[in-house]
Amino acid sequence: MIRLSIPLRQALSRLSLPVLIAVAFGTMLLGKADALLAERARTALADALMPFYAAFAEPAHAVRDAVEEIEQLFVMREENARLREENERLRRWQAAALSLEAENAMLRRQLAFVPERAPAYQTARVVADGGGVYARAVLLSVPPEMQVRRGQIALDERGFVGRVTEVGNRSARVLLATDMNSRIPVTLEGSRARAMMVGTNGARPRLQHWAEGSRPAEGERIVTSAEGVAFPSGLPIGVVRWTESGTAEVELFARLDRLDVVRLFDFGLGGILPPEAVARPEPRGRR
Amino acid sequence: MVGRKEPSPGLLRRLDDWARAAFPAISTAVLMIMASGPTGLATLVPGVALPCIIFWSIFRPGAMPPPAVFVLALLQDLLTLAPFGTGVVTLLVAHGLAVAWRRFLVRQSFLFVWLCFCGFAVGAAGLGWVLTALLAWDLPAPAPSLHLAALSAGLYPAFAFVLGRIHTAMRQAEEMV
Repeated sequence: MIRLSIPLRQALSRLSLPVLIAVAFGTMLLGKADALLAERARTALADALMPFYAAFAEPAHAVRDAVEEIEQLFVMREENARLREENERLRRWQAAALSLEAENAMLRRQLAFVPERAPAYQTARVVADGGGVYARAVLLSVPPEMQVRRGQIALDERGFVGRVTEVGNRSARVLLATDMNSRIPVTLEGSRARAMMVGTNGARPRLQHWAEGSRPAEGERIVTSAEGVAFPSGLPIGVVRWTESGTAEVELFARLDRLDVVRLFDFGLGGILPPEAVARPEPRGRR
Repeated sequence: MVGRKEPSPGLLRRLDDWARAAFPAISTAVLMIMASGPTGLATLVPGVALPCIIFWSIFRPGAMPPPAVFVLALLQDLLTLAPFGTGVVTLLVAHGLAVAWRRFLVRQSFLFVWLCFCGFAVGAAGLGWVLTALLAWDLPAPAPSLHLAALSAGLYPAFAFVLGRIHTAMRQAEEMV
């Protein structure tokens, strides 16, 4: 080490700050003049610090995991309380259901009620949207061994989708409930009033022709009606939504915009006549 | 104790002194690197550097000489994406002012020192903003600088509490020797 005299050392220490500030301005200009230099220095520093970061990351991860665990515990506690409350409610419902079931069984015994057989269904994959005569229709791929009949009813996992209108060897077309040509007889589940659900090509079909005095209520559930012998009664369709302009529409349960697979139910109903069977009026002979 | 030689107390003493002298700069650097790590926040780095440097400049200037400040400030500029060199100038100026006023500041209460530090933080942010504007020849948005000033001013009490404890412990150790 170089030994310096005390005054010289003091002078040096007093000078060091101004000199360093000048050097700092120099680095600033250097960084401005050669942007790559700063970039390279940053990369070198990051490379050098990498092992440190890696060593530091482990405990940091542990701490973060622990914090998350604690948060999870709190969430779990809340959820537990919610579930307990829900369980209580469901238990009440279960009691109600059991008593109703018992009552039902008793009534059936008294009436010699013949239960309906569970409807058979087949599942088919949706392969294409649209096409054909209708604006809102989907094409199903049907294996040859599968028997599909015109007039069968298609449901997805949530509710009513539409009706089979055309059947080929390997495909079938389903007319969706939203198509303009679709007319579905429905029942308002609350009031048991009948109405027609009319497609508009939009996302929500309209509700029409309900009996006077049984105005559909907002949010009321809509199910199919057996009127016209085209549908069994009670298939879930959707809920009533009133628009701002005062028309009753149906928000469908089925997600018609993302159909992958539909279930085709055969209820053995033939209420709707195939188009070719409809008797056309005879052209009048010329007088 | 026969046959075993005790290590010379001179060496231990020297190590102790060295550790005490090096602690401020090294702890500041480690804190900055930790703040800039993948699990930390890079924006925290200047907010960590300024309180540490000002604190040690006021209370223990011998352990925070200008070259150490220069190196720390360079580290800050490399760790953050600020224009290269602006942080160095800012921190050196702040350090110089803190050292110049330290005889007055050391005797004041914590609250007053904190208020002065707020002034330092705002001044440093302003100087950094001006330098950035000069370098880019364009007016950058003032909000980030103000956020930075508020961040470092808000972090100061936490740092001052811990560093003050360490400083007292160091002084006690020095008096014992």
